[in-house]
Amino acid sequence: MSELTLTVMRLGFLALLWLFVIVAVQVIRSDLFGTRVTQRAGRRNTEARQAPDRQSSGQGAPPRQQGGGGRQRRGAPTKLVVSEGTLTGTTVALQGQTISLGRAHDSTIVLDDDYASSRHARIYPDRDGQWIVEDLGSTNGTYLDRTRLTTPTPVPLGAPIRIGKTVIELRK
Amino acid sequence: MSSSTHTSTIGAIGAPSRRNTELALLVFAVLIPIFAYANVGLAINDEVPTGMLGYGLGLGLLAGVAHLIVRRFAPYADPLLLPLATLLNGLGIVLIWRLDQSERLQQASTFTAGAPNQLMYSALGIALFVGVLLLLKDHRVLQRYTYISMVAALVLLLLPLVPGLGRNVFGAKIWISVAGFSIQPGEFAKIALAVFFSGYLMVKRDALALASRRFMGLYLPRGRDLGPIITIWAVSLLILIFETDLGTSLLFFGLFVIMLYVATERTSWIIIGLGMSVAGAVGVASFSSHVEARVNAWLDPFGCYADSGACEQIGQSIMAFGSGGVLGTGWGQGNSDLIGFAANSDFIFSTVGEELGLAGVMAFLLIYGLIIERGVRTSLAARDPFGKLFAIGLTGAFALQIFIVAGGVMGLIPLTGMTMPFLAYGGSSVIANWALIGILIRISDTARRPAPSPAPSPDAEMTQVVRP
Repeated sequence: MSELTLTVMRLGFLALLWLFVIVAVQVIRSDLFGTRVTQRAGRRNTEARQAPDRQSSGQGAPPRQQGGGGRQRRGAPTKLVVSEGTLTGTTVALQGQTISLGRAHDSTIVLDDDYASSRHARIYPDRDGQWIVEDLGSTNGTYLDRTRLTTPTPVPLGAPIRIGKTVIELRK
Repeated sequence: MSSSTHTSTIGAIGAPSRRNTELALLVFAVLIPIFAYANVGLAINDEVPTGMLGYGLGLGLLAGVAHLIVRRFAPYADPLLLPLATLLNGLGIVLIWRLDQSERLQQASTFTAGAPNQLMYSALGIALFVGVLLLLKDHRVLQRYTYISMVAALVLLLLPLVPGLGRNVFGAKIWISVAGFSIQPGEFAKIALAVFFSGYLMVKRDALALASRRFMGLYLPRGRDLGPIITIWAVSLLILIFETDLGTSLLFFGLFVIMLYVATERTSWIIIGLGMSVAGAVGVASFSSHVEARVNAWLDPFGCYADSGACEQIGQSIMAFGSGGVLGTGWGQGNSDLIGFAANSDFIFSTVGEELGLAGVMAFLLIYGLIIERGVRTSLAARDPFGKLFAIGLTGAFALQIFIVAGGVMGLIPLTGMTMPFLAYGGSSVIANWALIGILIRISDTARRPAPSPAPSPDAEMTQVVRP
């Protein structure tokens, strides 16, 4: 075999090996650039809200919750997203079912959170389709934004529900 | 108030299943070794080797079976792990076949052609890989076997010491021979150890992380929490003393320190661990002649080149890397067979260094690095704490082993008898590493699988009355 052929094959093999590495790295690129960063919505809405007790009656709540704009009239939330805590990134589709939160193993979302009670809270739709969060007598309490819940309270889109280290919000 | 904390959520775009990407990469990963095989034949015998068709078909078949099983039973698994492992395994067989052609090695009395055996071991490895994917539906099942795994790992590690079963090969007692086969139980022990450490640390990590005193900027753990780490340290020292094998004890102890650090986020564990391993290694090296010889060979391989076999091997290996240069001598045109004994197992990376040069060595290390990166990524993406620790444990063992072997043959650290995963000749190593990749694929499948929508409960209306 001539020297030239062998040199070409030697360099060709190295090129091929590196091509494979580069192709593999391109596949990984999706981890860095193929992600969607969702900003937390409805920040100003939630800050404009008053104490939740005043609107604990489910009906008539949607118009009053709106700090700015008919965001909620256009569409009900379709999913529940865990945005902080160990379960970050978990989503649950909202299909009219009750979502239970807690450390108990039969909860819809099993919280791996030292500050959560075994049956901590639940989120359910009322007759009008408005989503309500209710604290189930937990030890550390459930917070809607910064307010500790004492009664079942409607959840506006994007408002953070805080349970221990976990933050949950409803999204469209 | 809360607007000062700016929060965002990161999610993936597009389908999480990347099976077609995996298939394309797999075809690529089978073609590269076939090209290398033809290259070796052309360089040594001036003709395309006759076994190329059978060999290429064999590798392709194994990769195809593995791919179909992943497609069927782990559809959301990471797309890179399987092609990367297949490429390394394929190139490993080519390297072994290339060393089989060496006339110098053929003259040795212990010569046996390694490549056909290695292909058979790869088939067994793929079979175990398939078995893992078929039988292990959920990696969390392994959590139940935390302490059984500990016993299994200790038994596997201590088996070579059993008289009549263990075999002493050139000073290191890490093999056992059963029914004519020699097995290296340490390779399987690392998987069992990862199961034990992740199960144990998942339960104990709060005690280890939070109960500590601050002293000179370091968080020192309480005395009673030091118990397990001292036990593990003692066991790894026992391995070092009685099996005279630095690699296994380094792997064993290093894996524990890595997992302890990942579980507790305390830098002090790394410092304590490094201090303890250095103290142990220096202590043992001062009275074990085998370890001492290895350390001398590392410190000055050319000073004792003519006197000691260990020095000569290291010296040959370093010269192989040197004569390779940047682009290497080309497949089949190097003289790495001068290393002699263990040229196709512990020292296989020297052949890469000589025939593919720095460019090839870097590519190989990057391929290993990519496997490790995918493992760490799997660990980050896993949703359950056991899976996180388990994935990082397997990846850590894999990474440590590469560091120990590659560092050893390059003269960075004292050489220890371990095998380069997938490349080196040896059944236990190939089989155990395929099982390891199988478990990582299973965890990554669970981690990347989209969350299932919960079943609507028909009782909710009756039992959970909404009071307005």
